Amino acid sequence: MASLSRDDVAHVARLARLQLTDEQIDTFTPQLAAILDHAADVEALQLDDVPPTAHPFPLANVMRADVARDAGVREAVLDGAPEAEDGMFRVPPVLGEAP
Amino acid sequence: MTDPRTAIEIATAVRSGERSARSIVESHLAAIEAREADVHAFNLVTADAALARADEVDAQVAAGEDPGPLAGVPIALKDNLCTTGVPTTCSSKILDGWRPPYDATVVQRLAAAGAVAVGKTNLDEFAMGSSTENSAFGPTKNPHDLTRVPGGSSGGSAAAVAAGFAPLALGSDTGGSIRQPAAFCGIVGAKPTYGAVSRYGLVAFASSLDQIGPFAATVADAAVLLEVISGHDPLDSTSLPEPPLALTDHLIRGVEGLRVGVVKELLDAEGIAADVQARTRAAVDALEAAGAKVEEVSVPAVIYGLSAYYLIAPAEASSNLARYDGVRYGLRVDAPTTGEMMDATRTAGFGPEVERRIMLGTYALSAGYYDAFYGKAQKVRTLIIRDFEAAYERCDVLLSPTAPSTAFAFGAKADPLAMYLNDVCTIPSNLAGHPAISVPFGTGDDGLPIGVQVMAPALAEPTMFQVAAALEAHLAEQGGSA
Repeated sequence: MASLSRDDVAHVARLARLQLTDEQIDTFTPQLAAILDHAADVEALQLDDVPPTAHPFPLANVMRADVARDAGVREAVLDGAPEAEDGMFRVPPVLGEAP
Repeated sequence: MTDPRTAIEIATAVRSGERSARSIVESHLAAIEAREADVHAFNLVTADAALARADEVDAQVAAGEDPGPLAGVPIALKDNLCTTGVPTTCSSKILDGWRPPYDATVVQRLAAAGAVAVGKTNLDEFAMGSSTENSAFGPTKNPHDLTRVPGGSSGGSAAAVAAGFAPLALGSDTGGSIRQPAAFCGIVGAKPTYGAVSRYGLVAFASSLDQIGPFAATVADAAVLLEVISGHDPLDSTSLPEPPLALTDHLIRGVEGLRVGVVKELLDAEGIAADVQARTRAAVDALEAAGAKVEEVSVPAVIYGLSAYYLIAPAEASSNLARYDGVRYGLRVDAPTTGEMMDATRTAGFGPEVERRIMLGTYALSAGYYDAFYGKAQKVRTLIIRDFEAAYERCDVLLSPTAPSTAFAFGAKADPLAMYLNDVCTIPSNLAGHPAISVPFGTGDDGLPIGVQVMAPALAEPTMFQVAAALEAHLAEQGGSA
């Protein structure tokens, strides 16, 4: 496996919406590379005939009756948000222009 | 009579009216007051609410009602369990100021059983770590030696029980986060079968691995707590359609005729200290002397468990933690646009270990690497389940060390990979969804506690607790130490 590069780390940080400083990228790159190198034992296994397990037990879809009910927590949920208005979460402009 | 100490003794005294729940809670709050500044088990002590709740329990007793099997028993809650109106931080800055609008199912069930929550305990941020050093609010200290870590991620809950702040605590275990701190702090800690306890209201880390479980000073107390919190919950779609576990009757059955396997790959794993190996072998000998049939067994795929876990858990975490974006919970760092606000909030809110795991998981799931890493790890999970199934055809339970060493010093595992290696014995049960328990079994060369792990197949908690109780009884006969 090609070892993890600084550019890989910077790219993944952007995907994960994290703004890392150059120093943080310098720190993380060898740490993450060491962890991935440790995983080389798994990467090297021949497992073509083995099915994957996503969950310890088979999952079945769980349905409930389609009945509307008042969960009664809207105000409490909005209270936990940094900013709310008119029953909605309020955020800064999405497209980058001031309103 | 002497002061009731265990949860069972306390509940008996409160239910009979011999002791008031208020006096019980007051004495535990006094213990917290005396030593919490040194130990730092809690993010928040809810003293007033605890006393008010104790008065309710006492009023029930006075009215001739039964408050339940945990009547008046103080309990500490890991701070990733939602509690209505009470800050739930996950020891992260990103949840600063957030108060959940509902109680976790386990919190509701504790209240219905008469328990009294005394506070929210410290953890590694979002349960990612094995020492509590990753808490945004500073580490918890091991009550047995304040220069050592209590383990993690549920280090605050383990320390709270070990320090006598509460006879019971709840933790969560994704790769060993209940069992390893229980071993380091010299108490009992169990991870139940996946789905045996509702995860509703547990802040998610890795959803296919997370499970809530009990901490207690005794096996019997841990059993009672698990009985109270287990059983089907319609609010968790992964909750098993099972009644609550029935454990208490199994504790005195002994181990005569039970088949016990020692997992060769875990006993001899790289980094397992000699004193830990010796105590594990002593546990095997004790069970054999008590009538169990003991053999060494091989579970070959567990040697890949660590690598598989550190791909699967971060992958699930990177997805679960995408929700912390400054819109709905806690912290927001202002910025001109929503995208920049999200980036700034996540960067300011997450600590380095959480950032590392999010990045590792994002990488493992990203285009071009998915098959090589995440896909392979999921297949290893299948191998581990198959190998356990083969071992459980020969054995009723399996034994191993809980952790490779006794509690280590602060800063001793600054390298992330060195920290991850701590989880080698505990991870396989999470990947398989099986129950496992850590029982104190003497001390190491440094005088600090050592735990032995008993593993069992899915929903075999009764047998697992039976063996744990036998180990505890053996230790008591030996005078409480090695």
